[in-house]
Amino acid sequence: MKRLDGRKPDEIRPIVMQAGVLKRAKGSAIVKLGRTTAIAGVYGPRKLHSKHQQDSNKAILKVTYNMVPFSTDERVRPGPSRRSTEISKVIREALESAICLEEFPKAVIEVQIDILQAEASTRVAALNAASIALADAGIPMKDLVSSCTAGKIEDTYILDVAGKEEDVTFCDLPVAYMPREKKITLLQMDGDLPVKDVKNVIQLAIKGCETLYERQKQALKEKWVGDLEDTAKALGLSNISGGKD
Amino acid sequence: MILRNQYLVDIALTGKRLDERKADEFRKIIIEKSPLEKPEGSALVKIGTTQVMAGVKLDVKEPFPDAQNEGILMVGAELSPLASPEFERGPPTEDAIELARVVDRTIRESHAIDLEKLCITEGEKVWMVNVDLHILDNGGNLVDASCLAATAALMNAKLPKYEDGKVVWGEKTNKKVPLVCKPLTVTHVKIGQNLFADPTEDEESVATAKVMIGTKDDGNICAMQKGGGDGFTFQELEKIFEKSVELGKQLRKQL
Repeated sequence: MKRLDGRKPDEIRPIVMQAGVLKRAKGSAIVKLGRTTAIAGVYGPRKLHSKHQQDSNKAILKVTYNMVPFSTDERVRPGPSRRSTEISKVIREALESAICLEEFPKAVIEVQIDILQAEASTRVAALNAASIALADAGIPMKDLVSSCTAGKIEDTYILDVAGKEEDVTFCDLPVAYMPREKKITLLQMDGDLPVKDVKNVIQLAIKGCETLYERQKQALKEKWVGDLEDTAKALGLSNISGGKD
Repeated sequence: MILRNQYLVDIALTGKRLDERKADEFRKIIIEKSPLEKPEGSALVKIGTTQVMAGVKLDVKEPFPDAQNEGILMVGAELSPLASPEFERGPPTEDAIELARVVDRTIRESHAIDLEKLCITEGEKVWMVNVDLHILDNGGNLVDASCLAATAALMNAKLPKYEDGKVVWGEKTNKKVPLVCKPLTVTHVKIGQNLFADPTEDEESVATAKVMIGTKDDGNICAMQKGGGDGFTFQELEKIFEKSVELGKQLRKQL
């Protein structure tokens, strides 16, 4: 089956991932899935000034998902909405178990994600960007978190639901996954499907996460290996990274 | 507090529960239908010590431009300071927003309300169904109690009289809100490696992850939401789906 935009059922839209795209933030990343564009920046860990929010055992994670006003057809009203509040929460809860928060008691790690352009699966792009940005910030993590949506149109399971497919899919199901621990850390669904189909859709979404996981790692390598080589050059050393892998 | 939490975790790790329920057993559920007169539909649901009052108010509004011949559904939730020392007055918190949106999604995606039947004049006048969830006592598992309350309130909601372009409040007709199924959610939490349905507030406070599954009468899943910082394996989810459908069937019988 060919999809509305010509993709194969298990094909993700063109992916662009880049780490370290902002200078001021400690870590940052931009992720594009087709036209959907998310940029994430990380600040911290730094001391959390408000005492009543502090946790004496671990750092707290703050995540803000925000759609910029010009990101959609109809202008988005600036500021938090019910939708963005919920998405910020589920993204935070998807990332928490990947970060070694217990290494920074009483601190806060802040992740700001702006959606510059929205065309389906913005939470997924946001989460992928946030995960790269956290790693780029050098924050100790157990694994990267990767995220992808899947759905079902008629008899076909489809990966990375986008565009007009959103209107005809039987469900829209975003998943976040930590491949090393095989753990699903974000799971939502809108739709109407028997249990058997829901399981198949989740498994397809996990496959998508695994593909995106490799791209996330690649984005981090591209930045950090590049940096290492520059440093090496400046120091007059040659090829310290021992190749690109 | 720390000692108490440790105690709760220790018990959960053995697969047991403080109230001696089985891992997949709900607490006693009491559903009181139409306890209030002012709202067009209402229900008070108790699950153990949790109490949620749902009220349905109907009004006539202009339809949304992308759904000219459909009524409108809105779900709101308020975590009243009555219900817990943790709840404060003020704008809705993250938890209240998530609660309302999960219930909203479960009802909306199940297509339980036949919205087209709530159209009065296409493009001009449609019925708007406001479901408001008022949490009175937090004993845990607010989502399942809220969804039960919402569905129960919708089941007994009657349209008010509509005359000369105006709603006549207080005069209910015999026309019901058109419901085609009874959507509801089943919540599980994870403590250690163990899964528990219908968590109490204590169990929620030590759980590392939580997942809410919305189901319909035919056993289909219509909404899902994972909460909490930890995750689930695929195998754990498979178990939860099966249990949620089964428990959903049992709960539905009580409506």
